[in-house]
Amino acid sequence: MTGYLLTRLRQMVPVVFGVVTVVFLLIHLIPGDPVEIMLGESALAAQKEELRRELRLDRPVAVQYGEFLLGVAKGDLGTSFRSREPVLREILRRVPATLLLSGASMAVALLIAVPLGVLSAMRQHSPVDHLSGFLAMLGLSMPNFWLGPLLILIFSIGLGLFPVSGYGTAGHLVLPALTMGAGMAAILMRMLRSSLLEEIRQDYVRAACARGLSRRDAVLRHALANSLIPVLTVMGLQFGALLSGSIITETIFSWPGIGRLTVQAIEARDYPLVQGCILFIALCTVTVNLVTDLLYSRLDPRIRYE
Amino acid sequence: MSERPPRRRFLRRVARHRAAVAGSAVVVLLLLVAALAPLLAPFDPAAQSLDAGLSGPSWSHWLGQDRLGRDLLSRLLYGARISAVVGLGTVSLSLAIGLLAGSLSGFLGGRVDHLFMRLADILLAFPGILLAIAITSVLGPSLRNVLIALSALGWVGYARLIRGQILKVRELEFVQSARAVGSPPVRLLLVHILPNAVSPVIVEATFGIARAIVAEAGLSFLGLGVQPPAPSWGAMINEGRHFLFVAPHLTTVPGLAIMITVMAFNFLGDGIRDAMDVREEIR
Repeated sequence: MTGYLLTRLRQMVPVVFGVVTVVFLLIHLIPGDPVEIMLGESALAAQKEELRRELRLDRPVAVQYGEFLLGVAKGDLGTSFRSREPVLREILRRVPATLLLSGASMAVALLIAVPLGVLSAMRQHSPVDHLSGFLAMLGLSMPNFWLGPLLILIFSIGLGLFPVSGYGTAGHLVLPALTMGAGMAAILMRMLRSSLLEEIRQDYVRAACARGLSRRDAVLRHALANSLIPVLTVMGLQFGALLSGSIITETIFSWPGIGRLTVQAIEARDYPLVQGCILFIALCTVTVNLVTDLLYSRLDPRIRYE
Repeated sequence: MSERPPRRRFLRRVARHRAAVAGSAVVVLLLLVAALAPLLAPFDPAAQSLDAGLSGPSWSHWLGQDRLGRDLLSRLLYGARISAVVGLGTVSLSLAIGLLAGSLSGFLGGRVDHLFMRLADILLAFPGILLAIAITSVLGPSLRNVLIALSALGWVGYARLIRGQILKVRELEFVQSARAVGSPPVRLLLVHILPNAVSPVIVEATFGIARAIVAEAGLSFLGLGVQPPAPSWGAMINEGRHFLFVAPHLTTVPGLAIMITVMAFNFLGDGIRDAMDVREEIR
């Protein structure tokens, strides 16, 4: 296991290096002068010079790159152009809100996916199975930027059950979590169904039934735990997509997380903050993927990495 | 690898897949609407009529009017053009790059392959539309930049798929025989290997069109896609959501259009996959 961990960490180094490089290059992709775009054409020459110096754009690209790498290694992602605060501090302040929303979305996804997945697998080709399949297709085809307003329309404006947007109470969390969790629920449901169908056909389930357990008990007590392993893995691997999806969901519900911060930074043309947010989300994705990979072996004792 | 079913048998199998038939009907309809939008649209999609802003459906404006009094139906029909262009354009561009990169990587192996795999790992660290958001936020919002931004990550999936297929196909006997009789490497790749490796790529491309349409709408929703007054479905949802209380149809109608389109491509992809029986290959 330690050997595998070291191998994976070694493989991660060039990826992290590459991600930082891509994010560094972003500001250099801007057509024209980034300083002029950030300050506007009417800015004074002295102001432009000052910002150029602050963003280190007055140095050779190689030096800029070296300093950027060094900065990232030390946790210094630069200073926000608008708030004049360190980028990392701004991001870290928004982390709890995004983590709360992501956690709630995953819980919603599991709450929908597990019962539906189990039902469809236990009653394959039944109307319940077909309905679940259709719901999954609906979940996959419904973009979150539509589902969000639709949920607001039904549950906030129509039924008055939850607030339209904002942050602070459990009620505020329901609609954003549903919006973000629906797509994942569809993916997990399909995954659980096919994985459970495979497990149900295994000998140990038949043996459990032969020992007198009802089919329902055999599936719920024995097969389900095994079929959840690939589901949890997919859940881990989907975490990055969830974070990326938070950019839209948090915008719809004015949720004060990293996603909303990214959009605010883009709107304000605060490029150091944009770079910081993108880098943060990408590095979180890489890390969670690694953790998922390692947990996989812990969850399934049959899997041993050499 | 299973033998590729003959074209007629393949078409018959798709035709028997009810969801795929429904999906392809919607896809054809979308393409027709996109092509014929100027003939079908009752009004100019950009023509404003401020005094009729936020009006509901009526005899002259079947789906109502938006904040600026523009005809929603006409904007929806023209919006199909943007979705079709982005869907097909992104997939074509991604496929072209993916085909080249995947072929070289799989065929040449060694350092080229190693370099490609690392590059793919780096790009895949940017989940969902994150990279596209990053690119359009610096390049500026426009149709061209949306195509570039979506293809910047889109090609990786195709390249990996093609690479995997090539690694599998090139070990098959008929390729080995062609190599043994002295077939030059380029001919080996173009005539013998690639045609036998494309089945899962076609399936993936069908799903890819759906993904590109959603991604474009998402970018436009954030204001990073096609710019107003061009009627992108995503931008229409974003404009409409500020009037959910008074004019919910401004949000629900374009959203429905996106959902039906995406579902259609997904159903079609499922049908093609089942007909080609490449389920195992594209996993």
